[in-house]
Amino acid sequence: MTTLRPFEAGYTQDLRFVGKPAVRIDGIEKVSGAARYVDDLDFGPDLMYAEIVESPHANALIKNIDTAAAAAMPGVAKVVTGEDFPFEFGLYMKDRCVFAQDRVRFVGEQVAAVIARDPRVAKRAAELVNVTYEELPSILDPMEALDTDAELIHPDLADYSRVPWFFPEKNTNIAHWRKTRKGDVEAGFAEADLVLEGDYTVPRYAHCAIEPHVIVGLYDHSGRLTLWSASQSPYTQRHLFAEALAPLGLSHKDIRVITPYVGGGFGGKAGVSMEIMGAALATAVKGHPVKIRFTREQEFYNTYQRQGVVAHIKMGVKKDGTITALEHILNWDAGAYVEYGANVVNAAGLSATGPYRIPNVSIDSKCIYTNLPPGGPYRGFGYSEFMFGLESHVDRIAEAIGMDPVEFRRKNAITEGDTLAYGAEMNPSGLVEAIDRAAEAIEWDKTETSDDPTKAIGKGFAVFWKAPAMPPNPSSSSFLKFNEDGSINIMVSGMELGQGYLTVMAQIAAEILAVPPTKIRVETPDTDRNPYEWQTVASHVTWSCGNAVHAAAVEAREKIFEVVHQVHGFEEDSLYLEDEAVRSSTDPDFELPLKDFVIAGIQDVDGTYKGGPIVGSGKFMPDFITNSSDPETSQGGHPNVHYTVGAAGVVLEVDRETGRIDVKKVALAVDVGKAINPSLVEGQITGGVVQGLATVLYEDMRFDEKGRLLNPNFTDYKIPTAHDIPDEMIPIIVEVPQPDGPFGARGVGEHTMIPAAPIVANAVKDALGVRITSMPITAEKVALMLIDETKERRR
Amino acid sequence: MDITVTVNGEPFTLSVQPADVLLETLRSSVGVKSPKVGCERGDCGSCTVLLDGHSVRSCLVLSVETDGQEITTVEGLSDEGLTRLQQTLIDLNSFQCGFCAPGIVLAAAELLEEEPQPTRGDVQTAISGNLCRCTGYEPIIDAVLAAADTAEEPDR
Repeated sequence: MTTLRPFEAGYTQDLRFVGKPAVRIDGIEKVSGAARYVDDLDFGPDLMYAEIVESPHANALIKNIDTAAAAAMPGVAKVVTGEDFPFEFGLYMKDRCVFAQDRVRFVGEQVAAVIARDPRVAKRAAELVNVTYEELPSILDPMEALDTDAELIHPDLADYSRVPWFFPEKNTNIAHWRKTRKGDVEAGFAEADLVLEGDYTVPRYAHCAIEPHVIVGLYDHSGRLTLWSASQSPYTQRHLFAEALAPLGLSHKDIRVITPYVGGGFGGKAGVSMEIMGAALATAVKGHPVKIRFTREQEFYNTYQRQGVVAHIKMGVKKDGTITALEHILNWDAGAYVEYGANVVNAAGLSATGPYRIPNVSIDSKCIYTNLPPGGPYRGFGYSEFMFGLESHVDRIAEAIGMDPVEFRRKNAITEGDTLAYGAEMNPSGLVEAIDRAAEAIEWDKTETSDDPTKAIGKGFAVFWKAPAMPPNPSSSSFLKFNEDGSINIMVSGMELGQGYLTVMAQIAAEILAVPPTKIRVETPDTDRNPYEWQTVASHVTWSCGNAVHAAAVEAREKIFEVVHQVHGFEEDSLYLEDEAVRSSTDPDFELPLKDFVIAGIQDVDGTYKGGPIVGSGKFMPDFITNSSDPETSQGGHPNVHYTVGAAGVVLEVDRETGRIDVKKVALAVDVGKAINPSLVEGQITGGVVQGLATVLYEDMRFDEKGRLLNPNFTDYKIPTAHDIPDEMIPIIVEVPQPDGPFGARGVGEHTMIPAAPIVANAVKDALGVRITSMPITAEKVALMLIDETKERRR
Repeated sequence: MDITVTVNGEPFTLSVQPADVLLETLRSSVGVKSPKVGCERGDCGSCTVLLDGHSVRSCLVLSVETDGQEITTVEGLSDEGLTRLQQTLIDLNSFQCGFCAPGIVLAAAELLEEEPQPTRGDVQTAISGNLCRCTGYEPIIDAVLAAADTAEEPDR
């Protein structure tokens, strides 16, 4: 395999396909109805369906499970419980089991399952499974879970296997505590002219991909386990299935994960959540495919949720606007199981300074167990959550010292070579350019007033950043092969979630091999066929898998030049590719079309053929990352590959009577290093802005006092419709190259959602003079605050 | 009971149960997979089909109600390749994950049939029953308007 050689030849040449708004290679499939998702695959009359028996309690001991009545129902193939699968699983910490064992920890947790040929029979039989519980008091508030006398949600926490960079606190509900310490915060506060403290709260949110989680598992009579899964992580799923099911004698080569198109992920289909049941249940009915398709309700309460957070911020500044110190405490409501969510907490704990140059830093990011559904990854991975508080606080402190908030951000903006909170150096960054361009796009310097006296116009601004949160050795690989007509197939195992990954991989190979993307097919993964990819998360695949595809294309090109040299004698460094042909800088008349030889080889003077099928392989793994740092300070490691930065501004109008917020304009500038496909980057911006605005304007998961989710559907948990978008969205692409990215690219997927909440909070303050410190900022909340303000003034 | 329906121009006689919904009948008995299962309660619109030319949520329509009617899914929108609307949606990279696409294409096609020169607001209203979590809708709205702008005659 060829590894990446940064800045190898081709980077500085005029680009033909990279940087161009190519049409998506999956566009026609999706618009014509041809695109197949897991639920669309047919499995014939042998297919069985599983219905899940779920816990009605947030915290309870399982005293007995009586499956007799369910098992006796005609048509039921199998009833399984935790006894059948006492296997632990988890991505970063093995703190949960396939089915609950002796205890349930959230409402909706899987306790048993019924398998039947007819899904209606499975459903009726599931109601006959009689589980006897002994209810325990539940803890729904993370601050309550921190009390020293709080009941332990996971008494065995210290014994769970976990990655070495997690630090659970024994005999507490703290599953992981990331501490970052830099400089001397007390000295920093002493040096400050002003120290300001504030509290901010963010509730839980749901991903709401329109496609629910679906998995079909088949354990065939040869002992082969095949899964068709709606997943962002086929290889990670295979690995976790192999780990969890090892007691059944399954190894990696026996397990195959096939992932057709995914109908939206946003982190919700990363790792393994409900899919573990599909893998396990398949083994219970050998020879029959078994399907689990989550209902929309299950989608809300038993996949992953975005974690809530209670934040405390203390910041010191000088009169001239220089930040001297930051103390940031993040108490995360991580839910009943944190096998993935603890890494969200970890990511925030390393980067909760935001994209600012701050000499003295103290961050405490605590992953706290509660009896709510498991938290996990959601677009933004902790940054969407903590940047609401931080960027609200920055506006407050700028106002307190009488400085323009945009100027304050520009002054403190982190730049290349600055020391990050954990001691490593900041990567190249176009943050200041992003700030200036976003501010200009919303005419920050111009005050606008509404013609309607009942309405107020406000402007808000925020910066953002995010690094991929990954283990130190996440890798990507790629195979590339030519076909007889000079077209290309590329095999990779990143997932097309809608972001346009397949198209971008095609564009990268197109650039190197001078074959247009329309002649390149890139398919969704199958772990038997496509080479390894860690996961499609962290906004890293354009960068990481892009490097692997780049390397595979370079290897194929080298083989092409080698055979042309062998037969035609040109020096290899005189050869280049153009318009699907090989040319030579030493002979302008030489032109050899790729299709003439990439399979058949080149005929030599003696009539024999040289060469043969041209294939390439490539891989990429960052070799400069380590999570080995001091647990008390986080100093000494290099946990993040790089940050993508940006800035956003909003113009909105608030109705002073109803509190309704009408978003007029959003401008978002993001430094993507190099936009491989600007049209797709713009798609990430408009999509991320609207998804982010919904979290601040109306979305919010509501639970009752028993831990039951009150709004697990689109009637009660509103997501934006086509009417709920800003009047105008202005995407701005900044390009300061990432030295180790393909053509200088770095990731952009998640980032566009991050600034949406603080820009709205800051604009509402600008419009009405009211500072709201808890999300969401609903019309109701704004109206009530205005009423309180009015009462206050009359007093 | 048996029903007779036309799906994308082809007649079918299907045996259905009283509680069967059109979405499952189409997916399981006819084998048309473009109408998607998203919420099963009429909220998301990913199961949208045209019933005698009008968009309905097929998860809320009982199969028995459709006896004698004509059903169109995105596969049957045109006999001759893609419609101008579909081609414009492709050209503008309007969709991302594509799960909502079959429903939105049908809702927009119905609009263009009824109003060949729609306003932006008309388009927003026409597709407001179809949830999309990826795109922020703007590239879809732009494409529907662009398809209408260039239409010499009503699309389809």
